[in-house]
Amino acid sequence: MDLLLVLVVVALIALLVSAPLRRRGALEEEESAERAELEAARDAKYREIRDAELDHRTGKLSDADWRAQDRALRAEAVDILRRLDELGPGED
Amino acid sequence: MDPSRKRKVRFVVALSVAVLLAGALVYTSFSASSEARTPSQLMTSSEKGKVYKLTGKVEPGYTRKGTTTYFRVRDRAGKGSVPVSYDGTLPDPFREGREVIVSVRRQGEGFVGEKGSLITKCPSKFTAEQNKT
Amino acid sequence: MLIAGKACLILVLATSLYGIAASLYGARTGRREWVASGRRAVYAVAATTALAFVILEAAFLRSDFGFTLVTTHSSTTTPAFYRATAVWSSQEGSLLLWLLLLSLWSSLILFLTRRRLREIAPYATAVLLGFAVFFAAVLVFLETPFQQASPAPAEGMGLNPLLRHPSMMIHPPMLYSGYTLFAVPFAFAVGALITRRLNADWIRGTRPFTLAAWFFLGVGIVLGARWSYSELGWGGYWAWDPVENASLMPWLTGTAFLHSVMIQERRGMLKIWNVSLVLATGVLAILGTFLVRSGILDSIHAFGASTLGVPFLALIVTMIVGSIVLVASRASDLRSDHKLDSLLSRESVFLLNNLVLVAMCFVIFWGTFFPLISEAITGEEASVGPPWFDQYTVPLALMLVLLSGIGPVIAWRRATASNLRRNLLKPALAGLVVLAVLAALGAASEPAALLMFGLGAFVLAAVSQELWRGVRARRAMSGDAAPRALVQLVRRNRRRYGGYLVHAGVSVLFIGIAASSSFQDEKEVLLKPGQTATVGAYEVTYVKPTADLKAAPNGRLEKIDFGARLRVTRDGEKVADMTTVKSYFPSLAPFLGPISRFFEGEATSEVGLQAGWRRDIWTAIAPDIGSLRPRIEEGDKVFSGANLSPEQRDAFLGQALTGLTRSYANDPPPATFRLIVSPMVTWIWIGALIAFLGGLIALWPPPRGARSRVTAGYAAKVGREVRIPA
Repeated sequence: MDLLLVLVVVALIALLVSAPLRRRGALEEEESAERAELEAARDAKYREIRDAELDHRTGKLSDADWRAQDRALRAEAVDILRRLDELGPGED
Repeated sequence: MDPSRKRKVRFVVALSVAVLLAGALVYTSFSASSEARTPSQLMTSSEKGKVYKLTGKVEPGYTRKGTTTYFRVRDRAGKGSVPVSYDGTLPDPFREGREVIVSVRRQGEGFVGEKGSLITKCPSKFTAEQNKT
Repeated sequence: MLIAGKACLILVLATSLYGIAASLYGARTGRREWVASGRRAVYAVAATTALAFVILEAAFLRSDFGFTLVTTHSSTTTPAFYRATAVWSSQEGSLLLWLLLLSLWSSLILFLTRRRLREIAPYATAVLLGFAVFFAAVLVFLETPFQQASPAPAEGMGLNPLLRHPSMMIHPPMLYSGYTLFAVPFAFAVGALITRRLNADWIRGTRPFTLAAWFFLGVGIVLGARWSYSELGWGGYWAWDPVENASLMPWLTGTAFLHSVMIQERRGMLKIWNVSLVLATGVLAILGTFLVRSGILDSIHAFGASTLGVPFLALIVTMIVGSIVLVASRASDLRSDHKLDSLLSRESVFLLNNLVLVAMCFVIFWGTFFPLISEAITGEEASVGPPWFDQYTVPLALMLVLLSGIGPVIAWRRATASNLRRNLLKPALAGLVVLAVLAALGAASEPAALLMFGLGAFVLAAVSQELWRGVRARRAMSGDAAPRALVQLVRRNRRRYGGYLVHAGVSVLFIGIAASSSFQDEKEVLLKPGQTATVGAYEVTYVKPTADLKAAPNGRLEKIDFGARLRVTRDGEKVADMTTVKSYFPSLAPFLGPISRFFEGEATSEVGLQAGWRRDIWTAIAPDIGSLRPRIEEGDKVFSGANLSPEQRDAFLGQALTGLTRSYANDPPPATFRLIVSPMVTWIWIGALIAFLGGLIALWPPPRGARSRVTAGYAAKVGREVRIPA
């Protein structure tokens, strides 16, 4: 009884762990990986822009500093969006 | 002063403060600490008035008078034992044969335990907490 | 099932080793399918460990005494809830739980980042599996939970009654969750250092886990303090005990890390600090795990007492050396993008925050390990007590609270005088007013506490000011009414306002600690029924004794309670009626007499606690059962002499014990009472709850805003910048 259970577990582990080695189709994985990375970067950048604005409105960022930061962050955001565009239309 | 020099100065100041504080820490820890002693060690030599951290097992046959308990602490593996009087409630796991840690001061032939310093170790090998009063 | 359990652990060990090899091979050769296989190895480890855990749990729940562990830590009289949780009251079971939690969180992070952090993830996988290999090896070779007891006894030794408390059962899983969750950012930091990808990506990717780790470890620490206060017979919540300190140290560096990364994300500074802090947190988490179970500090000179000492030390040394080598060799990649512009700036405050928290951690470390340090240096083992710890941690805590008020409101880069005035004036005034009022009311006798009250008020005012300003800003942007604006503000800026709430909670907590430790009244007194003692402004009267036999769910005798009913009055008015007892659990030792075994087992205090907003009244009793000893010994003799059947034995035993309890109730000897009146203890727990609520808010995933399909092309065409979803 115990032995049977152990054998089943061993088989399951082997199946689970070897699945990627038996599969093809690595290319789509690459693409979706890059998309995920860029989307995460974009969300983080949006958040930074919002944070900077809130900091400015609550008096923690001087006008000059905020304008400079906002400009730089938005430029970075545009850059990320452009790279996302280059990846082509994605599933949504 | 140019910024890079200012930064170097700041760094040196911060480092010096840290070193001074660390020095104070180390010094006070040595002067404020109490040495650990077993009963045999206490029997051989003990300074009057100095606080020691006594560790050992509780010997069978302790008595209570009022709020004070009179018990003897024996070496973990040995024969030496010293009498201790302790004023206050005993920790819940306190039992004959259990290991205790108590801060004591010599008074005459015996030792007086500092209030609140008695720790009895829980008997199971793996415990989540020690017990003290 | 013992064999299945053992086999599972061996499989875990083997799969972990495979996973490390596959991940590293995949990383070096760029063959992603091997990396994926390594990731799946982590899932397999989690599933197999869970299976082993379930096998062990099942054994405990059905009281299978064929398992040695069940025999030594449970019994048929243990209620089901405690049977289930007794698994981790043992060394082996707790290690298995640690491994289970580690593998679960590892699986989760690797699943969530399976398409991201692709260069770093394989190395992080290897590190996490490295921990798994260690714990699995310990479980397979040194401390197996699946030891057979043959012959299987009929009854187990029972759970240590001291652990029969819900807090004490949730406390270890909370702590272990904290420790194992910190392994995640640790592993990713190592991966980031190895691959030299030292921008903020690895920090962002692992942040939920870092926050969760901070949360769970904090909850575990507070639960431990609460348990100590309400269940143990000494009436305190913190003793600077090595075991307590072990869990606090990684929490302090983890807190520093959580703050310090904000500076790296905003301004690319403090990179070396951040990797060092997270690596230190990982090391301290393992150190904490090790300290509690090794016995090197609890028992003197017992380094070899536990077989775990050497392996854990090897792991810790490997982690420390590896960390130092990695950071030193990557120093050039860890250079800051910017420099500190001014000492009066947010960056500077955060840096100071790092220093204070690290200093506090160092103080606690030094004091905790002092017995070993002093022995190494002077040959004499010596230890320091709570007064030494307090001497350093109190000023540091005061600084910490001050910084937690200044940090959120001070400007970035350079805070001008007008800036400071605008942001700090009102909260500072609030603090000073509170300080002055309380000083006038007599609190100046305890300057440290008074200062803490003032600083706490300062922080609470600063947090309120921030909320007010944020709502105002939000209303300016969206035109919402104030309540809705507040909700939207917090929803859209969870990290920020969750964090502010944490600061508020921590201030309340420290106010409670200051008040309860500085203005406490305590007394230990011997009382006969009818007598009264005075503690602070209260009179406590020993009304009458109580003595009861308590049965377990299965009908057998669980414990005997001896206690007292007390009445508390103030200025003649009744404040409360309280009961406090000491429970005596029977011992199973065979050499004890049938009656006396009930008085030679474990005893626990049931504390009488009257909690209130302004103060707690805390009572514990130490009854004098010495007067019962003659009757107990007589009873033993009678029983060993008589020839009785088991049913008769049980019946007469019940009678004898009932007789004993009745005689105690009718003619009780004077009992020793410990009475404490502590102001504002409840605020400690409330402060902790507020802080953890703040942590939850910060942890909660942000709302998925409207996915506007704004593309860069559109933005360029329109010639203006991207519109950000508000």
